[in-house]
Amino acid sequence: MSEVVTQEDRADAQQMNMIQAINSALDIMMERDPNVVVMGEDVGYFGGVFRATAGLQQKFGKNRVFDTPITECGIIGVAVGMGAYGLRPVPEIQFADYIYPALDQLVSEAARLRYRSAGEFIAPMTVRSPFGGGIFGGQTHSQSPEGIFTHVSGVKTVIPATPYDAKGLLIAAIEDNDPTIFFEPKRIYNGPFDGHYDTPAVSWAGHPQAQVPTGYYRVPLGQARTVRAGEALTILCYGTMVHVVESTVAAMGVDAEIVDLRTLVPLDIEAIEASVKKTGRCLIVHEATRTSGFGAELSAQVQERCFYHLEAPIERVTGFDTPYPHSLEWAYFPGPVRLREAINKIMKD
Amino acid sequence: MSDPAGSDAGEGKAGRNLPTLRLHVPEPKFRPGDSVDFSDFDIPAVGATPRPDEAVQPAAIRDMAYGLIRVLDEDGAAVGPWNPNLPPETLLRMLRAMALTRAFDARMFRAQRQGKTSFYMKSTGEEAVSIGAALALARDDMCFPSYRQQGILIARDWPIIDMMNQIYSNKGDRLKGRQLPIMYSAREAGFFSISGNLTTQYPQAVGWAMASAAKGDTRIAATWCGEGSTAEGDFHSACTFASVYRAPVIMNIVNNQWAISSFSGFAGAEATTFAARAVGYGIAGLRVDGNDVLAVYAATRWAADRARSNAGPTLIEHFTYRVEGHSTSDDPSAYRSAEESSLWPLGDPIARLKQHCIGLGIWDEDRHAAMDRELAEMVRDAAREAEKNGILGHGLHHPMESMFEDVFEEMPPHLKEQERQMLDEWKAAGL
Repeated sequence: MSEVVTQEDRADAQQMNMIQAINSALDIMMERDPNVVVMGEDVGYFGGVFRATAGLQQKFGKNRVFDTPITECGIIGVAVGMGAYGLRPVPEIQFADYIYPALDQLVSEAARLRYRSAGEFIAPMTVRSPFGGGIFGGQTHSQSPEGIFTHVSGVKTVIPATPYDAKGLLIAAIEDNDPTIFFEPKRIYNGPFDGHYDTPAVSWAGHPQAQVPTGYYRVPLGQARTVRAGEALTILCYGTMVHVVESTVAAMGVDAEIVDLRTLVPLDIEAIEASVKKTGRCLIVHEATRTSGFGAELSAQVQERCFYHLEAPIERVTGFDTPYPHSLEWAYFPGPVRLREAINKIMKD
Repeated sequence: MSDPAGSDAGEGKAGRNLPTLRLHVPEPKFRPGDSVDFSDFDIPAVGATPRPDEAVQPAAIRDMAYGLIRVLDEDGAAVGPWNPNLPPETLLRMLRAMALTRAFDARMFRAQRQGKTSFYMKSTGEEAVSIGAALALARDDMCFPSYRQQGILIARDWPIIDMMNQIYSNKGDRLKGRQLPIMYSAREAGFFSISGNLTTQYPQAVGWAMASAAKGDTRIAATWCGEGSTAEGDFHSACTFASVYRAPVIMNIVNNQWAISSFSGFAGAEATTFAARAVGYGIAGLRVDGNDVLAVYAATRWAADRARSNAGPTLIEHFTYRVEGHSTSDDPSAYRSAEESSLWPLGDPIARLKQHCIGLGIWDEDRHAAMDRELAEMVRDAAREAEKNGILGHGLHHPMESMFEDVFEEMPPHLKEQERQMLDEWKAAGL
């Protein structure tokens, strides 16, 4: 759970929201490695619909930052070819809900290229894509498809929950020689979200994890982060849910250990195992739908490894097994009401 | 059919009294048992197609997408503006590579029938498409082939023992037995890893070419798919990207008339040519006699020169015929007339080049027969050598642990755990 950053870097930190942190990571990696290229719909001149690539084309030129046609299979297919040439592409899929046309290229090609060619060709790409709900995005601007990718051997799946992690993990993903799916929780681009949709939105200002070094640093892939140490139960979560869980736990006054997984594949199973063996209880929280979601894998792993330490059944608070609704978003979203119920239940058992 | 109620309900009379709609489902001309007649087959005259400047605007050569570039005439003479005027040594090298490809196919097909491997795919009748192109490209141009361009590897002098090791999935297989036979990968030969998923290589080739252009390199990319695979979405995305960024890429469509049991009509051939797909994308489109290796060579050189001079991509339809079954798992007599391949109007690519070389006085029947014998022996000897490394299912494979390698650059904990589990299971079973 260490972070490769020196005190000097921390001293150089400044306030950033998650978009600024991502933009900074891209800027730094493009500066450091001439093979890093950024591509996607509206990422060039315009700087991206969420501004994550703002200013990059102006600084690095159109050979390295360019707009693409609206074809997700084309974007990823072309990125595979660029990787085979020796570039290090960072393609953007505008919304994770639109990654499906690229699934064949991701699953059949990027994920398997190293394996099937015995290392002759690799796909060192980082696919950035905004994901998750909580923004009234309806069915096609809210989905959390991480479970589709964690099921694919050969890709890594990374989800940051803070500006600090967003930058450090993105730098690590870009430098990594394996294809990485980098899902950015768009609900927390501009500020942490505690799940109380009826209160005014807050910015990242003042949040300790929004102090982001301006220079280069990495947050290693495959390492979870303990958001809050506790003894009563372990809560496994990632993305927006980290903040919803943190806020709910504080409000309830329960001594929960909150683990932000940060990387789903490869998973920091040691951190999970150590925490659950300590607390004896495990709650898993994600926005994605329940059946065959990543929570099912987490639950199975905890059950296999911590069976004799468990004092209550493992609980899951997730999105329901429905498409993401528009008007009923707050009934669907795993917010404070649903979390509170689950925590009370698991503590009673 | 008349409206039984005779009412004017709905849209009223304007929508009535028209013939009922019909769904058109294409049907090939000849099915098993049919006698084949290609007399209405429209073959443009040899040498009739002009050869435009390589930098021509695509719109100015639209007609070429509906024509057929041909160099070798009925007597085997090379005529017209597309005659590449190759020196004798190149012609004989082409002939030898095509004959070796055919001999290799014959041997490996037999190896599958003998149970030495699980699967094979021949390229019989299509040897000119890959070998003509391979010899027209520079060796460091990257090829993104489909599964029926083994001729590229052979034209680039890749060791056939290495190819056989892959087919046998033995301990000499550089791909460690992970891939289905014939899904080669040979980076050193500019031969990209073959995937089972059709046409995925198309946008990849475009991306490789874009990377080369973005880096100010001089190398170009080429890719191949069958006519059936042009129906895949990746074909469209690749053409769009190639056009938008004027990528230095050659996109080849091998129209061999058949996609397993489906004739080319199911990919759209009844309505237009495959080269004509280029027109809509604003890409230069050429249509070539794919059994005329000199035409394939000349068209590829034209497209390569065009790409190298930043004039943009080219789409080439190679009009040919898949003489054999789709694969060792296929029986073509179940869906097409057995007469088709022998009556194919564009003939056999090897026979045509052989006739040409004999006409030039640089070759003769005796030398050809001797070459065929020599190649058959060479392939047989190579197969014997490869079989020393093992054949499929006979135990001489890569170590079991190798299954877990190369999924990622470094093996993550969960794979290490699964590897350990597998070894423990086998140990517990006493194996």
